[in-house]
Amino acid sequence: MNRRDVVIIESGGANIASLQYALERLDVRASLSADAGRIRQASHVILPGVGAAGDAMRRLRAAALDELIPTLRQPLLGICLGMQLLFESSAEDHTACLGIIPARAERLPAAADRPVPHIGWNTLDTLGDSALLEGLRAGDHAYFVHSYALPVGAWTSAKTSYGQTFSACVQQANFFGVQFHPERSARVGARLLRNFIEINP
Amino acid sequence: MRDGRVVKGVRFREHRIVGDILELAGRYRDEGADELVFYDITASPEERSVDRSWVTRVARLLDIPFCVAGGIRSVADAETVLAAGAEKVSVNSPALANPDLIDELSHRFGSQCVVVGIDSETVAGEYRVQQYTGDPGRSRDTTRRTLDWVGEAVRRGAGEIVLNCMSSDGVRRGYDIAQLRAIRAGCTVPLVASGGAGAAEHFVEVFRDARVDAALAASVFHSGEIAIAALKKQLAADGIEVRR
Repeated sequence: MNRRDVVIIESGGANIASLQYALERLDVRASLSADAGRIRQASHVILPGVGAAGDAMRRLRAAALDELIPTLRQPLLGICLGMQLLFESSAEDHTACLGIIPARAERLPAAADRPVPHIGWNTLDTLGDSALLEGLRAGDHAYFVHSYALPVGAWTSAKTSYGQTFSACVQQANFFGVQFHPERSARVGARLLRNFIEINP
Repeated sequence: MRDGRVVKGVRFREHRIVGDILELAGRYRDEGADELVFYDITASPEERSVDRSWVTRVARLLDIPFCVAGGIRSVADAETVLAAGAEKVSVNSPALANPDLIDELSHRFGSQCVVVGIDSETVAGEYRVQQYTGDPGRSRDTTRRTLDWVGEAVRRGAGEIVLNCMSSDGVRRGYDIAQLRAIRAGCTVPLVASGGAGAAEHFVEVFRDARVDAALAASVFHSGEIAIAALKKQLAADGIEVRR
């Protein structure tokens, strides 16, 4: 693998230790930064996210990263809430997001036998053609923790079902996103992170 | 766990050292465990916190979710463990002593991080919550009905319930299906069965008959009596969906 300069966007609030450890296991040392200049220089950018959409967007705006991120040209991977932020908006706190992909995150409907948040291992059902999914197969399991989800559309490269079918993996140009946590998804997650790092900027 | 070593109790009273944490964690990761739970059973009774240094070491090693239980008495305690890379924290005795802790943890970190562990035993014909079970001298019946406490914990923001059926724990005669079924009916979040696994059929039974979301076990895996890969094969053959 060529030298990679991976930057994880530090927007506060997100728990990124397990993501950093997952990259370390792939021999990738990622830097943490909220500095626009530093992020722009990176070969690969990761936008993590845990917590609520409203808080996360407020933090990105405070650092003027809401303007930077849509202009990035290198591969960018949004994880969980980080993926949702790539879209137009989220029903969570009625939040306007980064607007890169035209859809809205909606709350998953709960049912008696289907509690929300959706927590746990679930299958990736249909895999499309995406560099991110190299080596993965339909039926592979990934670890999900979320209450909001994106609909299936032209951006969808893998789907998952939990009461309804939603986007598990998305791609639009250089912007990639995964609704699950690759850092906690064993072999499948490690392969996906490796695929991302191997995408040529 | 106690003092950074893995121990395992039989009916919560006698504990013996099983092995080093990292070695065991790595073994279970490789064998296909879906999640690991680390219990510091001495933490609550002795009014001290778990030694946190091992959490970082475990987080570096594991690529599956793990939960830390024992000695989480405050938002600050939970923050340390979650920042070190744990996916969830589990609270038991401290939540009984201070139920607001569940609300505080779920507001700060989200209910997906907050597991409430419950030790339950049949007393006077009903299922009742037991407290401080890690310490024989302090262990007591709270007289609270287990189902009531499950409901309250969920209302306060618990994202998952681990129900440890104490009379079954460590004796390997199977999960307490009757109790788990009763609790399942009144639990709207994921329910994890704990206590009593002794054979692969017990896992099949608890998923099929009690409809729990996950089954937790220690002795049978520590001893090597049940291999996780073989267990998953059997579950799949019996029509229970498992991660391959």
